[in-house]
Amino acid sequence: MSFPEISFYFFSTILVLSALGVITSRNPVHAALLLVLAFFTSAGLWLLLGAEFLAITLVLVYVGAVMVLFLFVVMMLDINLDQLREGFWKWFPFGALLALVMAVEVAMVLINKGFGIGQMPVPSPHAPDYSNTKELGRLIYTEYVYAFELAAVILLVAMVAAIALTLRHRSGSKFLDPAQQVAVKRKDRIRIVSMPSEKKE
Amino acid sequence: MVYAQQFFGQFFGTEWGPMFFSLTKNLLLIFAIVLPLLLGVAYLTFAERKIIAFMQLRVGPNRVTFFGIPWLAGWGQPIADAVKAMMKEIIVPERANKFLFVLAPVLTIAPALAAWAVVPFSPEMVLADINAGLLYILAMTSMGVYGVIIAGWASNSKYAFLGTMRTAAQVVSYELAMGFALVCVLMMSQSLNLGDIVKGQQGGSLINWYLIPLFPMFLVYFISGVAETNRAPFDVAEGESEIVAGFHVEYSGMAFTVFFLAEYANMILVATLASIMFLGGWLPPINIVPFTLIPGFIWLLLKIAFMLFCFLWFRATFPRYRYDQIMRLGWKVFIPITLVWIVLLGGIMQLPSSFLGMFPLNLWFH
Repeated sequence: MSFPEISFYFFSTILVLSALGVITSRNPVHAALLLVLAFFTSAGLWLLLGAEFLAITLVLVYVGAVMVLFLFVVMMLDINLDQLREGFWKWFPFGALLALVMAVEVAMVLINKGFGIGQMPVPSPHAPDYSNTKELGRLIYTEYVYAFELAAVILLVAMVAAIALTLRHRSGSKFLDPAQQVAVKRKDRIRIVSMPSEKKE
Repeated sequence: MVYAQQFFGQFFGTEWGPMFFSLTKNLLLIFAIVLPLLLGVAYLTFAERKIIAFMQLRVGPNRVTFFGIPWLAGWGQPIADAVKAMMKEIIVPERANKFLFVLAPVLTIAPALAAWAVVPFSPEMVLADINAGLLYILAMTSMGVYGVIIAGWASNSKYAFLGTMRTAAQVVSYELAMGFALVCVLMMSQSLNLGDIVKGQQGGSLINWYLIPLFPMFLVYFISGVAETNRAPFDVAEGESEIVAGFHVEYSGMAFTVFFLAEYANMILVATLASIMFLGGWLPPINIVPFTLIPGFIWLLLKIAFMLFCFLWFRATFPRYRYDQIMRLGWKVFIPITLVWIVLLGGIMQLPSSFLGMFPLNLWFH
């Protein structure tokens, strides 16, 4: 067994175990932290594949930003497990159906001859100065530019919609505008009065 | 080096020998980076106490010395502090989540040290010369916030949790501005490799450094760096006058010290990155004889020392920001500035070179 193989099995074991932990853990904070571990190990797997840009971006975006906000919300929730369990059997058929569809999809990829690993061309090894980032950037901004811009616009719309839905102005809140506060000059706040000193009687 | 390689080949066989050799070599190199870094952290705390003391007309630590030598008075203080911290008991609160409570300091210091793997100290001195170096550093520094979050949550204490929420919101918001400022640097250098970024600033003198064409981005990066490391004037995460000590209020002994090691290691990292990306890294300020004789590593150290001095200077000078002002500065001031600058820089870089050549003082855009 060579070193990349050992790393592959090491990362895969951690990935599978932490992913199982995410759905079995009773504590939502533990589940979120295990999800972070799962993301991090899958980034390790992508590094083994030579996709360093995707791997580091996964860590930067999902681990560094998305999961932080996720954890932030989960930590502040007061989750009652019994309440969560109530609807379990009611929603079980729906969940089972989803799981079945996903299993069939995976099976199609793995079993079907048209998708099999033998059908895929062996990727050619890259030159030492090959930059994953540069190639990806070139493809995204030339060949796939419309799809990329479309995805960006959809994300922007979703973001604006989320803000518009949750934005509400409370009347009577004592909000101070920092811009005005910063712009304050001395003469706006204090008045220097010249007074003669009092004489001792 | 060759003998060591042969020895490993004989000892472990031809299949495993080269692997163990590179493993041992890299481990030794990691020690060669981490040990001076930790020593630097220890003496940065000493420098901080001395410099702030001088700024406030005090003396600062002046007792602990080595072997009773009088002119070294005070220089033993960091060592004494470290020994004191190691001797103290680590108290785990009764209702705390023990595993996460112990894990949190480790998760804080690990990314702070891991980011140093791609930092080039001179043209040849770099542990991992990877293409996506800048991206790697951003990813590693963004991981540091987990230690803070877990520490606050696992302590099972209201003050710690309040400190955690403040820090998490602050660090995530300033990461954006920091990332956008660095996007400008990589647009100028057209590379994510830190060594190539320094090489892009070559050209004879300090006018070629990215400090000049990207001056607003340098300010944004450095201020965001101060906010990312939770240093004064953005130290609301541990505002001792507001929430006792923030996220690490329940920690004691070495566990508490590890948080501070991480904070100071992050400070040195931000200073180093600012030197590499805006101040020309190992390049001398002017490419003439007395300056070029000094090795590049010394120049880098001098630049890092200056940036660190600025950190301490800020702490001695500025009053603490109010929390909503911090958020305003990050989201409403820095992010728009950086976005406008990215578009502007892209526009300038797309201008025809015949037009750019018409300006005799233009040294940066070709």
